[in-house]
Amino acid sequence: MATALKLQPSEATVYHVRNGSDGANFRISEFSLWYGVKQALFDNSLDIQKGLVTALIGPSGCGKSTLLRCMNRMNDLIDGVRVSGRMTLDGQDIYGRGIDVIALRKRMGMVFQKPNPFPMSVYDNVVYPLRVDGVRDRASLDEACERALKGAALWEEVKDRLRENALGMSGGQQQRLCIARAIAADPEVLLMDEPCSALDPIATSKIEELIDGLKGRYTIIVVTHNMQQAARISDNTAFMYLGRLIEYGDTDSIFTNPHLERTQDYVTGRFG
Amino acid sequence: MPATVEHVAAKPATVMRARVRATDLGARGEPMLWLFGGTLALGIAMIVGFLLLVLWNGLTTFYPKPIALVTLKNGAVLAGEPARTERYRLGAEQLAALADADRRNVAANDGFAARTLYRVGNYDFYNEDFRWVSEFDVAKIEWPSGFFFVERLEWGPLIGKIKSVDLAGETLVGERIDMARLTAAHGTARARWERVREIDHNEIGATNYYLNQERLKLRRVSLRDGEASAAYAAAKAAHDRRTEQLKAEYETLAAEAQAIKAEDAKDRITMLEASGEERTFRLSEFVRFHPANDLTLAGKLAVYLSRWWEFLTGSPREANTEGGVWPAIFGTFAMTLLMVVVVAPFGVVTALYLREYARQGRLVSIVRISVNNLAGVPSIVYGVFGLGFFAYIVGGTIDELFHPERLPNPTFGTGGLLWASLTLAILTVPVVIVATEEALSAVPRSMREGSLACGASKWQTIRRIVLPRAMPGIMTGLILAMARGAGEVAPLMLVGVVKLAPELPIDRFFPYLHLERSFMHLGFHIFDVGFQSRNSEAGKPMVFVTTLLLIALIALMNASAIVIRNRLKRNFVGSQF
Repeated sequence: MATALKLQPSEATVYHVRNGSDGANFRISEFSLWYGVKQALFDNSLDIQKGLVTALIGPSGCGKSTLLRCMNRMNDLIDGVRVSGRMTLDGQDIYGRGIDVIALRKRMGMVFQKPNPFPMSVYDNVVYPLRVDGVRDRASLDEACERALKGAALWEEVKDRLRENALGMSGGQQQRLCIARAIAADPEVLLMDEPCSALDPIATSKIEELIDGLKGRYTIIVVTHNMQQAARISDNTAFMYLGRLIEYGDTDSIFTNPHLERTQDYVTGRFG
Repeated sequence: MPATVEHVAAKPATVMRARVRATDLGARGEPMLWLFGGTLALGIAMIVGFLLLVLWNGLTTFYPKPIALVTLKNGAVLAGEPARTERYRLGAEQLAALADADRRNVAANDGFAARTLYRVGNYDFYNEDFRWVSEFDVAKIEWPSGFFFVERLEWGPLIGKIKSVDLAGETLVGERIDMARLTAAHGTARARWERVREIDHNEIGATNYYLNQERLKLRRVSLRDGEASAAYAAAKAAHDRRTEQLKAEYETLAAEAQAIKAEDAKDRITMLEASGEERTFRLSEFVRFHPANDLTLAGKLAVYLSRWWEFLTGSPREANTEGGVWPAIFGTFAMTLLMVVVVAPFGVVTALYLREYARQGRLVSIVRISVNNLAGVPSIVYGVFGLGFFAYIVGGTIDELFHPERLPNPTFGTGGLLWASLTLAILTVPVVIVATEEALSAVPRSMREGSLACGASKWQTIRRIVLPRAMPGIMTGLILAMARGAGEVAPLMLVGVVKLAPELPIDRFFPYLHLERSFMHLGFHIFDVGFQSRNSEAGKPMVFVTTLLLIALIALMNASAIVIRNRLKRNFVGSQF
């Protein structure tokens, strides 16, 4: 236990990644982040494989959500955040000078910890990304709405109630609605920040099925607290600890035969 | 360590129990509960008492009261509505003048005696509207039939009997007075009076307005081109032609009014006051009359409703103590509405910048503190500022630039509806800013993040997500601002509210809405009727009625804003799906 809490700067990340058929499209190299003077991420480097599901695990406060929120520059909203290192999506530098953050965010959908549907109808929620994009055409909005809701396995439940307020749905439905909203504008990457932490087991299993179904079409990055979940849904898993990436490899090895003792301790529940 | 345990257990039981009870009382918070509950009850009692007082006095003012015929011991007679009764202490001289029996009575009452205030009306007879009558002076009190309570255009109410009526040359006396016929004749007389008023106010008013426009047009040309120019000569010719025409129109109208007045003078009524003095009036001078002691319940209600109708829709007469308050209702409403129209965008935009765009630092904190402090500045200070800045500087400049022909008479360069609304907008903008800021900061972060993650820009997020979500809170701020603005009087006295406005700020002449005009306001009306009129006793009931009306108007405006707010709020709570 005592040794687990201490982290040597010299410890190097161990990589044994399963490669996707299309290779990596999201590359992070030597990425660090500071909240004011407090450093939260330390020189993280990882390549995320296109079309696969990548899980970020680690104990609370290890920086996995921070890393995820850096990917679509959500941390810009927080005062006093400073970053260094590189993040590229298909070769484009996310933190490059003159980058259009809004255009960048349109390439990534994001699902948050707690379902956050907007206080408007189901339909308006789903087509919101298209509306802010300037799409006015009724037919294409209808089409996108249906496609996204089908993609989020929600269409059968809500197709007769598209005009009703989304806040009246159950929590699981709301979260699937948020997923539908995230994929409505056809992004390349789907970022999920503990998408099931506020849901009951049945809703959780539905979301997990959904993630499985979306695999291949989108590059999915999931932050999760739940190690069984990570084991079930992901292809690769990155284990983070105290702001550092400890081990990044294919999920089966991480959970059955991790290369590092520290990872072993965490996935078997000895700390964290 | 059993020894210690024994030691504690050995402590005297009584001490322990006393200590336990003492902490118990404090812990339960019983005394605090009584203090809080009592304070709340006191507050509610004050508010309910105030509302009941205003409601009762306001609602009963217009109900017709019976007329008492009082015969005094010295033989004098008076007729009037009893207004109120009180006990008072007699002076030594008064005591000395009393009869022995009365003096003994007074002495038995510790030197006090009762007296009643009668509204005797007939100001043109007595030079007073109200008269105190001491109980010991009264020989007898009757409630005879045949006495009329008459509301007149001038001199306040008249109380007396009808002696005779002249209807187009035919004279009716005593038994031959047919009430139905009299009522019908009164109706025609009032219609004639309305027509004369219409001619005087609207038609001759319009002619005067056009005459003045012609004069101003000519003056504008003379200011622009000089009096020697050809343009001036042409304008002068046009002006003279048009003026001639208008003057002819004026003559026709005046002749028509004169003819109606001559017709009107034929219907006359002679009234007899209680002690037998008589006086003759034109029938059209009577606004309303009723036999106070002979009314049925339906008749009383009819008088009651008719008075309310006049009060709500008519113009004031008799130094505002009689007639209606329609111009004041309109002025209050228009000013409040205009204020909201100005204050809402200003307050909301300011708060948006402060909360959403400005970098949260020391400067923003200072601005925020200043805004909060502005809400505490005495309102009269805003009045002085409004007069100095809006009326004199802004208005004066507008006059010089756009209305030079009217100078030295100010158009915008004096108090008016626009300046009053702007002054109140400044007064209430801190309330709106504070409420809007709070509403904006209460929008959950997850909503903003959700929107931004969808690729919305900051402005799109604010417009589509943050503002709709904050709207109920913003509405609350506007409601508070409205309530504060509508009830404010002090600054308005400096920037445009007058005792009696000759015209409404809205009429049929271009540009229809005259924001530069002075206007009337219910709050100022209360002050004026209650404390500035010739007859404060007669004004007192009107103070209550006007207060009731002001409260009702503000409640109505607030209620409609609350309805709108609740409709907005409905979107943000989970409905049945």
